Amino acid sequence: MRISGKGLVDRSKTVGFRFDGRDYTGFQGDTLASALLASDVRVFGRSFKYHRPRGVVTAGSEEPSALVTVGRGAAQVPNLRATMQEIHAGLEARGQNAWPSVNLDLMAVNDLFAPFFSAGFYYKTFMWPRKFWEALYEPAIRRAAGLGALSGAHNDETYEKAWAFCDLLVIGSGPAGLMAALRAGRAGADVILAEEDSRMGGRALAESHEIGGQPAAEWAAGVVSELAGMPNVRLMTRTTVTGAYDGGTYGALERVGLHLASPPGDLPRECFWRIVAGRAILASGAHERGIAFSNNDRPGIMTAGAVRAYLNRWGVAPGHAVTIFGNNDDAHRTARDLAGAGVRVAALIDVREDVEVAGNFPVHAGCRIVDTVGRMGLREVVIADAAGKISRIVSDCLAVSGGWNPALHLTCHMNGRPVWRDDIAAFVPKPGMVPGLEAAGAANGAFSTRACLAEGAAAAGAALEALGRKTVTLDVPVAEDGAVRLRAYWEVPEPRHRAWLDFANDVTTKDVRLAAQENFASVEHMKRYTTQGMAPDQGKNSNVAALAILADATGRGIPETGTTTFRPPYVPVSIAALGAGGQGAGFAPQRFTTSDRAARERGAPMIEAGLWYRPSYFPRPGETTWRESCDREVLMVRDRVGVCDVSTLGKIDIQGKDAGRFLDLVYTNTFSTLKPGRVRYGLMLREDGLVMDDGTTACLAEGHYLMTTTTAAAGPVMRHLEFVHQAHCPDWDVQMISVTEQWAQFALAGPLAREVLNSVLESPIDAARPAFLGVIPVRVMGVEARLFRISFSGELGYEIAVPARYGEALYRDLVARAESLGGGAYGMEALNVLRIEKGFITHAEIHGRVTAYDIGMAAMVSAGKDCIGKAASQRPGLSGPERELLVGLRPIPMSRAIGAGAHLFDEGAEPVSANDQGYVTSVCWSPTLKTHLALAFLKNGRARHGERVRLVDHLRGTDVICEVMHPVFFDPEGGRARA
Amino acid sequence: MPSLISKSPCEDLLPVEAGGVKLSEYPVDRVSSVAPFAGKERASGAALKAIGLGWPKPGQSISANGARILWTGRGQAFLVGAEPAGLDGLAAITDQSDGWARLRLAGSGAETVLARLVALDLRPGAFPEGSVARTGLGHMMMILRRDGADAFEIMVFRSMAAFAVRELHHAMTACAARVAAG
Amino acid sequence: MRLTCPLCGSRDRREFTYYGDAVYASRPGPDAPPEAWDAYLHLRDNPAGETRDLWYHEMGCSAWIEVTRDTVTHAVGATRLIAERGGGRASGAGSPAKKKAPSKPRGGRA
Repeated sequence: MRISGKGLVDRSKTVGFRFDGRDYTGFQGDTLASALLASDVRVFGRSFKYHRPRGVVTAGSEEPSALVTVGRGAAQVPNLRATMQEIHAGLEARGQNAWPSVNLDLMAVNDLFAPFFSAGFYYKTFMWPRKFWEALYEPAIRRAAGLGALSGAHNDETYEKAWAFCDLLVIGSGPAGLMAALRAGRAGADVILAEEDSRMGGRALAESHEIGGQPAAEWAAGVVSELAGMPNVRLMTRTTVTGAYDGGTYGALERVGLHLASPPGDLPRECFWRIVAGRAILASGAHERGIAFSNNDRPGIMTAGAVRAYLNRWGVAPGHAVTIFGNNDDAHRTARDLAGAGVRVAALIDVREDVEVAGNFPVHAGCRIVDTVGRMGLREVVIADAAGKISRIVSDCLAVSGGWNPALHLTCHMNGRPVWRDDIAAFVPKPGMVPGLEAAGAANGAFSTRACLAEGAAAAGAALEALGRKTVTLDVPVAEDGAVRLRAYWEVPEPRHRAWLDFANDVTTKDVRLAAQENFASVEHMKRYTTQGMAPDQGKNSNVAALAILADATGRGIPETGTTTFRPPYVPVSIAALGAGGQGAGFAPQRFTTSDRAARERGAPMIEAGLWYRPSYFPRPGETTWRESCDREVLMVRDRVGVCDVSTLGKIDIQGKDAGRFLDLVYTNTFSTLKPGRVRYGLMLREDGLVMDDGTTACLAEGHYLMTTTTAAAGPVMRHLEFVHQAHCPDWDVQMISVTEQWAQFALAGPLAREVLNSVLESPIDAARPAFLGVIPVRVMGVEARLFRISFSGELGYEIAVPARYGEALYRDLVARAESLGGGAYGMEALNVLRIEKGFITHAEIHGRVTAYDIGMAAMVSAGKDCIGKAASQRPGLSGPERELLVGLRPIPMSRAIGAGAHLFDEGAEPVSANDQGYVTSVCWSPTLKTHLALAFLKNGRARHGERVRLVDHLRGTDVICEVMHPVFFDPEGGRARA
Repeated sequence: MPSLISKSPCEDLLPVEAGGVKLSEYPVDRVSSVAPFAGKERASGAALKAIGLGWPKPGQSISANGARILWTGRGQAFLVGAEPAGLDGLAAITDQSDGWARLRLAGSGAETVLARLVALDLRPGAFPEGSVARTGLGHMMMILRRDGADAFEIMVFRSMAAFAVRELHHAMTACAARVAAG
Repeated sequence: MRLTCPLCGSRDRREFTYYGDAVYASRPGPDAPPEAWDAYLHLRDNPAGETRDLWYHEMGCSAWIEVTRDTVTHAVGATRLIAERGGGRASGAGSPAKKKAPSKPRGGRA
């Protein structure tokens, strides 16, 4: 119910929303939890395994039970914590894991079978017959348990990622964090203050304390106002720091648009930040823990601190008759705050005998809760005193406090473990576990307001000093400085009914004891066996209690039992946020050639070659299949002329006195003897002797070379050249740089290639100039260009290179001229057929496991000089008759289709891997030779030309006899290119 | 004889504007890579001083008379807006005028936009005017220079011009939406 | 993870490509025995502790860097340009050529 005169919400702004099909109203500043509690809604969902009705347990992001689904359709998001979801006009939310509704859930029948569903039940039951597990049991079990569901629709929402840099990152804006940010901000440091909540202030918003003589919330607002005016301070609300990583890098998830009724279309829903900080202060506060007792999970049972938060921050009393149960003095404040607001306190129960509490409400010292009543909402609390005498208390809300656990997770993200402090019965961070990160305040085990303020200021001072910055003094305001008084108390002994530890995964104290009994004594084993701590709350509410009970069950102390490993993320992070920018076309950069537009205008389907887009073929009217177009383009090149954009191949400019010597080192053959104006085919090995890449390199002038690489290997070759230079010969006088993008380059191939060129060049060329494998400077329509005479098609071929700004214009012009001569543009499919017909290899053949010997180029490895890979290429086993060698294959009959990836066997041999003789790397239909062709690697293949082998493709069901032949099928003397 | 039509890398793509931030293309200019040969570093620096520039330190650029030189790597710099005169035989020179798309991002939100795509500390103290960095624009290789208090010169491969414009525009509209949402 | 490029300064690890152990930068000479090549290519220690490896600043200045780091604590120690390891190069680079005096570091600062 709503209490007048309390809370920080804006009561002038009402907000309408829906929950589970019913309409409610709340105020601006309400969360779904506070607004529904104000409307006396108690059941928010059903528990994971037993489908028990559950309500809100906390007031913050550690909420384990009130997980709801928000939104509809593709925008639906499951498992949102109702305590974090801000309400906005039109918000629609639903409870989860219940059918047909949270108030009537037929799956609650599971609760009746609870004794069979204890920890690890699926290792002991549902095991037989084995086949049924995968087909029947597991799907059924999965459907029966669970949280929310995804919509299944594609998510079109926008998410983003971003970077931020600062001197000091302050995590948490409670008293400690605000003091730290203030001191560092006033000292002029660049500060980022990250706050998970929608509003800064932390517990200052939830408690009725005073700071510096004013209400804590007012003090906090004043500090925030000063910080907001500092240009060197960045305030980031709704931002959870999710992980601490190496090098002072922190991950953080910002909820950008989840709280808005009508967000602008381009507004990201979430932003995942990487924040690089010189220093960081963890002022994340602490989480209150409960106490395990019979039926401690009913709707209406929550932490004592949460009850104060709902009262003081949202003006909501979660019940009309509230009982408080705890082991510490802090819990008493809930009773005082409630009473002060006029809410009836049904009882204050403290397990300690020696407590004195002033207040107009019944106090039961030395008592414990032994049961609760009220399945759909708490109605009654049953207590026993030291003698065992039972009393029943009518109550609809139970505020439990077992103490506080510092929220120290980030300090342990680099495999650190916290240390146990007996005096507060809690783990605290060990300094220095994450370099540059220190904890302050409640996160550090300092629980009084004054201690938090002081630690925040001190931590900032230490950070400023570590950053080498001048500091300023900051007086610590007056505030309460009460000592922690508690008695460690994890569970009421011998509960008659189940006592819950992990609400989110439905794990009870009995489950933990069962794990110990079955010898899963390590805390890591207990965690996996019981699933305690593995739910979305990652055990924030149950880890310490569970390991305390495990310690007790295994006869060890808590420090000896230890904690499990802490890992990022601290809260659930949507994969959409982590993958922001990577959806669809954003996944990888797209690279377009200068001829791209012209190709698409001609209807060419584009294929991806690495990051590049290249035309596959150019369909002409009447052609209905790619094969028709490809066949026509191949014949067009062989009979007339074709134009193809080859700009994507890597081009590396290499200059210097030692350039030739450098090429001799990276290539197997010799380039220092290459004269200006000449081009040579080169082979490049890896240092382990296997072929890395091939290409042609031209000598443009003395000490000036232009190397080409394949499209795919452009980056790796550049990396390799830089490595060889910097590692092995940094003193050599050689410079290299990529010029791939500078030049648009087009191949002209076919008998009419020269004719086309002579119609665009300012000075005509002939057979002698440039000669085959030559390069000359030319001028084309006023532009300085380079003309190479090289051929990948086996036809008379040239490549003309112009500065890329002229690429589109030149391509269009060349294609038009080619078409006027009966030729035209050709694409990747035809390019591939042409080169297969000529036995030219690509990375289909140079696949990382072949040597120069294998591809028939052993003679290219110069005997007279060293080169990268030479020594290793001479290892035994990298040559000889056992090697699979490059051969050509032709099916018998020639019309039988064959596919790449097929394997080769002797005729008559069983096609199993023991008989494997080799494999096929490239295939095509050759319109030139009217047969299917393949390039393949066959054991001792060069000695087997004329033999027949059996080609079997086990995947596609092909089984064909092939003739083994020389891989150059067409024009073996190479006369056509030399015309 | 007809002449070939030339196109700039971002022709038809720019300018675009959102949230007070504008993305436009620099006018096409002469760009050359300069890499002094062994033992010729000082002479190269002198030749560049003769045109009012000099050899830049790592991470820096020098501007004068409408030209500038940007450090782009170990022993390498890009000369923009001037012919590489007097460097023959002293340094390896290549023409890079066509290989790069050169974009200008300007406006008071420019740094905020770049934070979406650049993993570099761009705070004015860390990256003052004239600073140059080779880093990534998302997954693209980029040469970045701060061209003013609120302006950046962004150079990416010509073939990635359209993609870079897309990514930057997307970041611009996302940032503009945040401002609009208040 | 962040690495400090000696030329570009502190950068996110994404800008770098990892290659392998620093021993790769010390190539055996052409006449070295097969055992030396085998060790160079295939045999590695795997220390829990200090290691030195090679990274390429691919998205940055294209410098090859030797990084000293601790595989247990993830602490990154020194980084240096492999091209400026100093001294005349051993015969690890290609065929014997005219002897050259070690050259001064070029451009940029270490």
